[in-house]
Amino acid sequence: MYDAPISSESAVSQKDIKIAADKVQVYYGDNHAIKDVSVQIEDKTVTAFIGPSGCGKSTFLRTLNRMNDTIDICRVEGDILLDGENIYDAKVDPVQLRAKVGMVFQKPNPFPKSIYDNIAYGPRIHGLANSKADLDVIVEKSLRRGAIWDEVKDRLHAPGTGLSGGQQQRLCIARAVATEPEVLLMDEPCSALDPIATAQVEELIDELRESYSVVIVTHSMQQAARVSQKTAFFHLGNLVEYDDTSKIFTNPQDERTESYITGRIG
Amino acid sequence: MPILWLVLIVLAVSAAGFFLGRARALASAGGSSRELHSLPSYYGMNVAFSVLVPSLLVLAAWSLLQPVLIESSVAKLIPAEAIAEGSNLDLVMSDVRRVADGLDVAVAQGVMSADEASTTNVDGAELRATLGEIGVALGADVDESVLTAAQAFRSKTANAGLALTVIVLALTVAGFLFSYLRTNKDFRARNVVERGILVLLMGAASIAILTTVGIVLSMVFETKNFFGLHSWTDFFFGSTWAPNFRGDSELSMLPLLWGTMYISVVALLVAVPVGLFAAVYLSEYASKPVRSFAKPLLEILAGIPTIVYGLFALVTFGPFLLRMFGDGGTFGVDLMTDARSVATAGIVMGIMLIPFVSSLSDDIINAVPQAMRDGSYGLGATKSETIKQVVLPAALPGIVGAILLAASRAIGETMIVVMGAGAIARFAGNPLEALTTITTRIVSQLTGDGDFASPETLVAFALGLSLFVITLGLNVLALYIVRKYREQYD
Repeated sequence: MYDAPISSESAVSQKDIKIAADKVQVYYGDNHAIKDVSVQIEDKTVTAFIGPSGCGKSTFLRTLNRMNDTIDICRVEGDILLDGENIYDAKVDPVQLRAKVGMVFQKPNPFPKSIYDNIAYGPRIHGLANSKADLDVIVEKSLRRGAIWDEVKDRLHAPGTGLSGGQQQRLCIARAVATEPEVLLMDEPCSALDPIATAQVEELIDELRESYSVVIVTHSMQQAARVSQKTAFFHLGNLVEYDDTSKIFTNPQDERTESYITGRIG
Repeated sequence: MPILWLVLIVLAVSAAGFFLGRARALASAGGSSRELHSLPSYYGMNVAFSVLVPSLLVLAAWSLLQPVLIESSVAKLIPAEAIAEGSNLDLVMSDVRRVADGLDVAVAQGVMSADEASTTNVDGAELRATLGEIGVALGADVDESVLTAAQAFRSKTANAGLALTVIVLALTVAGFLFSYLRTNKDFRARNVVERGILVLLMGAASIAILTTVGIVLSMVFETKNFFGLHSWTDFFFGSTWAPNFRGDSELSMLPLLWGTMYISVVALLVAVPVGLFAAVYLSEYASKPVRSFAKPLLEILAGIPTIVYGLFALVTFGPFLLRMFGDGGTFGVDLMTDARSVATAGIVMGIMLIPFVSSLSDDIINAVPQAMRDGSYGLGATKSETIKQVVLPAALPGIVGAILLAASRAIGETMIVVMGAGAIARFAGNPLEALTTITTRIVSQLTGDGDFASPETLVAFALGLSLFVITLGLNVLALYIVRKYREQYD
């Protein structure tokens, strides 16, 4: 069911830092949305961002692959290093960056194309396949990795929009995986799904950890506790606390973190 | 009683009914509106509508039917021999109406007494002179049978007017009493009024549909007359359009259809790429200030009357093409002999259609959810890859619908082709030569002074009906495609 990691970095220790953000500020026009956030995201780890609505966790997630560039009034200051290279450097092409830092969105957004073409979209635009046979291999591998191969293998040329919500979301994860990113960003990937589909996606996230660094924004503290190894708690644009998940949920250092996870603020 | 007075009375009773009904409802609840089933104004509206609607409906229906019924009964009074050679019943009936009107005017001005006017025992020449003095000119001395018919016409009209007044007033009173007596605190006035409004809305919707049916039927009847006079095989399958007034016209639709389609295709070749690219630029690339400036500007083009485009084609664009491609022109080729040509009309029509295509496509492209674009950007696609491979394919059905709507406008367009396309009906391939279209032929066949009952004139209706069927088919197809596309994201 699960293939060996494609990346050659499997020998690297768990403690490697994949993304290092230093004193990041984000402004929407005059609104200071992210204040002075510094965080180090480890490779081959699931990192969860939690916090009340509007606390900036999704905004911060989108700065990690420069998706905020598509919003005119958004301005980012500070350094975000991916493998030691500043992604906001002028010589970095945001398009190439996004091929390395994939993203899965809150609402499943399959393209109005066939299941096959949805997966093949990324590999095609990045020239990852030399032949049709190559592409077939990539599509099958990605669908297997997205844990949806068995459900769709007989109808690869049916439209992706015809799948159920949970299947669509796994299709979108498979689509993101197909471009072989190094980091996978997930913005509340389960908020539009029912509990069964959520369980499937969570299982998938746990498997993806073996090859990628996964960053997930979630509103569900149980989900953060289940899938992540590291947790960051955001509040009003500040990063309040960032530590091992077990520590955050059992022994939070900050009063606000404790209030949030016990349900007193939110 | 004049109809204006009748309407005013009905309106006054209705307005009074509103206040009386409301007051009665409040009184039945002891002055407390909380005890009422509905708000007090609903009781008032119930009474007002009950007065207004039946009376006005009867008034409207009566006004439409009365002239038809009276004319058909009066027409029976005219003997066949009273209709002169070369004349017909319609002409005699218009004489009857003129005489009847003239007598009414004479009585109103005091030239004749009511009794004098009602007698049939007068000299025709004398009557003509009398009526002539008060400004009612008659074509000939009044014939006795015409006078008899005119008197019958007058008396029937007067009787009908009286009956109408009585019936409308009776309905007004009945409506008032019925609804007023029903008004009490438990009466569900709100439900009744809302149902009434529903019927009103349904009526408005059916008027639009019934009008279409009426238009089609009127075309169908005239077309049937045409096919009674001319063979339908020549019309649909012949190859020559050559109307003449010797009675052996060849009236085939095909050369005209060829011209129509050729010019429409040229127009779409101009409008679709330009309009689509403009829409892509405006919806995907243009900054907000540019968009808010350029989009209305482009849409202004859609508001220019087509006759202005026609003038542009005739005065500016056609001569320009002629200087380029005509004898001794810039390109040194002698392909064009007249400023009017397929290219002249087609390109100008294409310019007219640009805002149509771009505005519709722009709306459709904007309706593609942002999530689609984000999904594509998130995979490392550039803007142009996203537009080509995600946005346009997602919007394609809608864009096809927009193009079909533009095509049906091009096919039905009249002024530009009348002024820019020429008048020669033939199957020609050179876009720089003149051709003619269905719409131009309809105009020229109907605006001549030919006999209305001849096939050369009636062919216009057959052409019109064919055009209607073609554009209707295109519109239905376009709407079907656009609607199917909309369901994808709802």
